[in-house]
Amino acid sequence: MCGIAGLIHRGKSSNVGEELQHMLQALKHRGPDSTGYALYADNDGQNFILRFKVGENVGEGSTSVNEDESVYNERKKAVDKKLSELGALVVKEEKLTPYSYRYEIKFDKDLMEFSKAIESIQSVEILSIGKSLELIKDLGDATVVSERYGLSKLQGTHGIGHARMATESGVDIKSAHPFWGYPFADVSVVHNGQLTNYWNNRRVLENKGMRFMSECDSELIAVFLAERMRNGATLEEGMKESLSGLDGVFTYFVATKDSLGMAKDTMAAKPLVLYESDDLVAMGSEEIAIRSILPQEIDTYDPFDGEVKVWQT
Amino acid sequence: MANLKTVEKKTKAQSMGMHTETLTGKTQQKFFNPDEAENFFYWGTYDVDFNKRTDLDVKDLDCKQANGKIDELMSQGYGTIVIKNPQGKHSLGVGILNKLNLIFEGSLGYFGVGSIDGPIVRVNGRVGWSCAENMMAGKVVIEKNAGSCFGAAIRGGDLICKGSVGARTGIDQKGGTIIIGGDAGAFTGFMMQRGRIVILGDVGINLGDSMYDGTIYVGGKIGSFGSDAIESPMTKDDIDWLKRKLKVAEIGENFDVSKMTKVVAGKKLWNYDALEPTEKKGAI
Repeated sequence: MCGIAGLIHRGKSSNVGEELQHMLQALKHRGPDSTGYALYADNDGQNFILRFKVGENVGEGSTSVNEDESVYNERKKAVDKKLSELGALVVKEEKLTPYSYRYEIKFDKDLMEFSKAIESIQSVEILSIGKSLELIKDLGDATVVSERYGLSKLQGTHGIGHARMATESGVDIKSAHPFWGYPFADVSVVHNGQLTNYWNNRRVLENKGMRFMSECDSELIAVFLAERMRNGATLEEGMKESLSGLDGVFTYFVATKDSLGMAKDTMAAKPLVLYESDDLVAMGSEEIAIRSILPQEIDTYDPFDGEVKVWQT
Repeated sequence: MANLKTVEKKTKAQSMGMHTETLTGKTQQKFFNPDEAENFFYWGTYDVDFNKRTDLDVKDLDCKQANGKIDELMSQGYGTIVIKNPQGKHSLGVGILNKLNLIFEGSLGYFGVGSIDGPIVRVNGRVGWSCAENMMAGKVVIEKNAGSCFGAAIRGGDLICKGSVGARTGIDQKGGTIIIGGDAGAFTGFMMQRGRIVILGDVGINLGDSMYDGTIYVGGKIGSFGSDAIESPMTKDDIDWLKRKLKVAEIGENFDVSKMTKVVAGKKLWNYDALEPTEKKGAI
């Protein structure tokens, strides 16, 4: 089933970490396996934020194989070595869990080559790269993940999130949403639905040099959009192309450093409720997600089939 | 209805819309006997007084607790209940089988007022997916917008949304009337079997896809017709019915119904007319 939520403050910042936590917690019944956040924080924009993992969370119903923590440490050392070789300067380093890290780095070369080099290390996956994007995903509900990563005080303009019920792939971080729009900085995607032409699209996109890290069909949306943008399409153009390029039922959100978009398939088979005002757009799989941050009486609506919308900060 | 005291048992039962068939074996059931009408008890219903009114704040209640409270109030004879702070909660006001004035001061989530048989409901807000699913009788008025599957599988009653609705409105509809003041999404009237849908605004693609029977009236533009749905000429009866219905529904009273598009099933299903004549009678 899965639940998705997103919000964007226009012209101001807010406590988006806490707001998205409330929205996703309200949707916990739609997806108890894992929770993910893509938050666009008020960073200074000088350095890239690199979030990566060197292993999986093996607790909380995980389907991953248990590994010794020393293995994680070895992989982390390999990442540090590779960063040095690539000419990336680590400004700040945070160990968030035994298997995940947040680095601030100075880097001014090609992000695709950078990502390929880092991910050539076994079991290392870049969760996100961006100057404002903070992508966090882990097993557990919204509150558990937020507390584990200290998200409740995170200030920013917008964010998207996902409460996952694992269906076609395992209960693990690599299959959790959001997905980073590799190789573009600050692009992230969450999805509710099923894509039925995943393998056909994947083969085509891999032949074009795009990369997949999981077997989760939702990752296809991020890669699909990234490939279109790589060929010069705008985000909105890519999203409109996705309505015919992706087969199946879906509602998805995509965010960049200064925008938030939604797309709904032509069958309108997956739910979405939307609230729009001059200074805030909030949306979610169910109205209770929006009510968790806006308890007063408000006007909401369901976008129609085949609808694509993009809002700017 | 015929005079129930003088007609034969079978006619009497049919007039009341009840089954008269006798089953045997494992499927044997005890059917309603019109001779015992005085002793008939519709389980889960209450005699209520519309003038007895109360408010119920459900802000801190979950849907089961809120529905339990509504049931408790009806058992105490309250006939007008105003629900405060529904805040988009799911499944509120479901399964009410008696007359009742039920007013929601706010919006409902999914499956609001589903499986009802008789109450008059007003929602001063929006409703989520599958509002009034399986409604059997009564009247439901939504002041704002509604989500998808609005009026799924309803069998009777009037379901009115003054705003716009999502996809698959009236999916599997088996009777009753659905009226939409704004626009409707894709697959409206999908697999519709009986009853009527009236949309004053535009409607999305695949209108009336795979519909068996029933009638859809559209005031605005149609995205596309679904498989088996065709346009049919408007008749005087259609226009009279629409005028009367929109007036009663307090929606689009000045709307020029003569310019609406009438959509019906283009295929006649094998032996379909022989099915459930009492339900068909009810739908007409």
